[in-house]
Amino acid sequence: MELRLHPVALIRAILRPIDPPLFLLLTVLLAAALVVMQSASPARMEAQLVNTGVALALMWVTARIPSARLLSLAMPLYVVGVVLLVGVALFGEISKGAQRWLDLGVVRIQPSELMKIAMPLMLAWFFQQREGAIGFVEFVLAGVLLAVPVALIVTQPDLGTSLLVAAAGLYVIFFAGLSWKLIVPLVLVAVVGLGSIVAFGDTLCQPEVDWQVLREYQKHRVCTLLDPTSDPLGKGFHIIQSTIAIGSGGMFGKGWMQGTQTHLSFIPERHTDFIFAVMAEEFGLIGALVLLVVLFMLLLRGLMIAAVAPTLGTRLLAGAITMIFFTYAFVNMGMVSGILPVVGVPLPFISYGGTALVTLCIGVGILMSIQRERALSQS
Amino acid sequence: MTEFRSPDQEVSRLRVRLVVAGVFMLLCLSLLAARFVYLQVMRFDYYHTRAEDNRIALVPVPPNRGAIVDRNGKVLARNFAAYTLDITPSQVEDLDETIDRLAEIVDISDYDRRRFKKFREESKFFESVPIRTKLTDEEVARFIARRYLFPGVDVQARLFREYPQGDLLGHVVGYMGRINNRDVDHIEARGETANYRGTEHIGKRGLEESYEAELHGKTGSEQVEVDAGGRKVRLLSRRTAVPGNSLILTVDAGLQAVAHQAFGERRGALVAIEPSTGGVLALVSSPSFDPNLFVDGISVADWRGLNESPDKPLLNRAIYSAYPPGSTFKPFMGLAGLSTGKRTPQQAIADPGFYVFGGHRFMDDKIGGHGMVDLHTSIVQSCNTYYYMLANDLGIEGIADFMRPFGFGQLTGIDLPGEADGVLPSPDWKRKRFKKPGQQKWYGGETISVGIGQGYNAYTPLQLATALSALVNDGVMFKPHVVKYVVDPQTGARREVEPKPIRQIPLKPAHLAAVRAAMVDVNKTGTGARAFAGAEYSAGGKTGTAQVYSLKGTKYKEGNVAERLRDHSWFIAFAPADKPQIALAVLVENGGFGSRSAAPIARQVIDYYLLGKRPAGQASEDEDAPADH
Repeated sequence: MELRLHPVALIRAILRPIDPPLFLLLTVLLAAALVVMQSASPARMEAQLVNTGVALALMWVTARIPSARLLSLAMPLYVVGVVLLVGVALFGEISKGAQRWLDLGVVRIQPSELMKIAMPLMLAWFFQQREGAIGFVEFVLAGVLLAVPVALIVTQPDLGTSLLVAAAGLYVIFFAGLSWKLIVPLVLVAVVGLGSIVAFGDTLCQPEVDWQVLREYQKHRVCTLLDPTSDPLGKGFHIIQSTIAIGSGGMFGKGWMQGTQTHLSFIPERHTDFIFAVMAEEFGLIGALVLLVVLFMLLLRGLMIAAVAPTLGTRLLAGAITMIFFTYAFVNMGMVSGILPVVGVPLPFISYGGTALVTLCIGVGILMSIQRERALSQS
Repeated sequence: MTEFRSPDQEVSRLRVRLVVAGVFMLLCLSLLAARFVYLQVMRFDYYHTRAEDNRIALVPVPPNRGAIVDRNGKVLARNFAAYTLDITPSQVEDLDETIDRLAEIVDISDYDRRRFKKFREESKFFESVPIRTKLTDEEVARFIARRYLFPGVDVQARLFREYPQGDLLGHVVGYMGRINNRDVDHIEARGETANYRGTEHIGKRGLEESYEAELHGKTGSEQVEVDAGGRKVRLLSRRTAVPGNSLILTVDAGLQAVAHQAFGERRGALVAIEPSTGGVLALVSSPSFDPNLFVDGISVADWRGLNESPDKPLLNRAIYSAYPPGSTFKPFMGLAGLSTGKRTPQQAIADPGFYVFGGHRFMDDKIGGHGMVDLHTSIVQSCNTYYYMLANDLGIEGIADFMRPFGFGQLTGIDLPGEADGVLPSPDWKRKRFKKPGQQKWYGGETISVGIGQGYNAYTPLQLATALSALVNDGVMFKPHVVKYVVDPQTGARREVEPKPIRQIPLKPAHLAAVRAAMVDVNKTGTGARAFAGAEYSAGGKTGTAQVYSLKGTKYKEGNVAERLRDHSWFIAFAPADKPQIALAVLVENGGFGSRSAAPIARQVIDYYLLGKRPAGQASEDEDAPADH
């Protein structure tokens, strides 16, 4: 790069890796996050601003990296991730009844977070390697690549994260072309399973019933969802109070900084997982729908990038990342509004929390990188 | 199964799936949108109400309890504000751990912990319970600075009850205690549940109990905005509490102190009444107790000390213990003889020193007898034979019928809780009292014993004082009462308690004069003469000795038995003789002859009441009865 750049050229150079539509939508979401944060937890505004800056910088850095380079990182990242997960299983710290953290001396890391990016990257890279010859064997192998880290995370135990990591991998496998003949039965099994839990919830949730596969706290989460009033001061209290917050927001909301549920501390975790309840209380149905529309536009942009991406690997990666964004948003809002169980999933781009925001913005950076390469290859 | 496809086919197939994914996302997000519409539009009213219920709490504001003062305005019970450290158990995850941490900031004794546990068992799960009472200002400051570390713990200003006179009026004023489950039932039965929201203490004994409804007041309320931790954020509206009425007693604290101290270590009771009103001037039950001990939960050691002492300090002997009246019954018997026409004042009998009935000799105290005895002599010398004969002439029904209007053997209706009715013997009473037919029959010999105040007779000191008041008040009978006025503290309006007599007993003035003159001579030449020697006023009196028949149900140590087997000593008195301002009954348990132990107490009390004279060695008005012990 030349040293004597004209200011306009400099700006152009800076903006080059940026995809304007994605960036615009992302800016709207991040700005909304700051507005809501000021109401939910003003003390965290400064940290949130720093997090936003760091995340945007990393997004820009990621966007500048050619997607081929990104894909070539897949294997090392994946291997490191799996090794760390094994390390957690053997030497991990126990916190809140689960073994999730690994203390490396300098930093304490949660390897399962790493897998959220490493998993789709790995499978996208894998299918790219096998391009043109993707068949039954490849899907079995992909299944194994998927199953190992997921199994390790399940045993921590962390059902929420393992489901998200599994979903990330499954999205790649889905876009890679797994036969509908296999997808349909899988989806059916899932739907019937969930349906039966809802239908027979009362009997299943009796304290003496042992669910075998799921841990006691997971059973508790599912059961609380089925009947929030059964545990009004525990987990059920969260759902009840967030539902009250959303419902009492009404059409236009109570106004910024005016949410009684928010400001009188009735909403639990109101700056993190339950921040949507704050939004819905203060900005009402209008605010919630605007958020849904902006999110959907961002997702559509992601799918478009996937559709026109130059290589198989980047197509799969872009599609999977977009679906991960969607999954986070849907699971979070579903939980807060009481139609899904309480799982610790933040609302993407809005919830407080540096790690999640950085991870998500790196995801956006990857999408931008893929989009930029297509633009380059077309030009 | 391996299929070979061209990259173009691959891409278009992927695009189909991307479209499927897009449609799937749209469906899911629409589901969310539908959920939001449902919550925020269709069920808005419901959730709006729920949010308001969350936000707004109606906090009861307990009223100031009424004060209790004596007839001269001396404070007997009042409130003082103190800070308590409260824990709301429902908002605390680990109670023991929280209390341990609190103990590092403020003093928390084992007693505090035990009391907390007990209170907690008695309160509803969402109620706050004090772990420490009467915090010092420094402790309050230390806690406030660390309050954020203790969710569910808060400092509260509370009003406590205080009894500045200590044990002087324990039995009269009574005490307050925390509302327990039984109290809750009573409150519910009175329909006062709403009015007691926010109230934690209730009168348990004495006036605190009997005038609970007057003293309590009307609970106000504050509409406040609260946060999820239940802490007040701001006040929305307020309905002020109406303070409880205060009580002005008929009791004279100075007189009470004289009487109380006159008993010293002795067990017994004294009731002094103003005959013209029925107002109780002093009501002593000795030993007494300090009601301050009960204010914020009595300690186990203090409770044991009170409850297990053989002297039974918690027993209100003045209104609950019934004793045979002994010879103090004789003036009433004499009056009965005159009123029924069985005797005239001048009519005399010959007393050989005994009276034979049914083959049994009923003995007089004086060997050889009193000689010729008329009514006057019979009272002054306390002649038994005169009353043996009179009892036989009146018959048991005659005695019971005459005594009943005086209140013997019935509840007087005094405004204190826990009164006993005693026994006015009659064939009817005996039939009800005993189960076996053999025991139910009334024997003529039993009538003879009743005539001298022994036998089945059993009256409380209060009943005797009340009856004497009626006798010296020309038969005009008042219901005895401790409270003179109930005062509204806001308007100052007073309501007089029991201002009217309850009955007029038909008695001839000549008969009354004869009996009273004899009683005056008791204190001049008879059994009361020594105690009333040199009195600057003329007082009537009568000694009495109640035989301790039975030790059934007592668990005294052997060494005590001799002392406890002694007769109870009675004295009844009134003064001044021509227009009595005070009538009293004194009982000293196991005091022996009435003239020796009970009469001097009566003298001290009357001296103080009529002359303002204090017995030597007693503290002056300003120093008596310190606030706490």
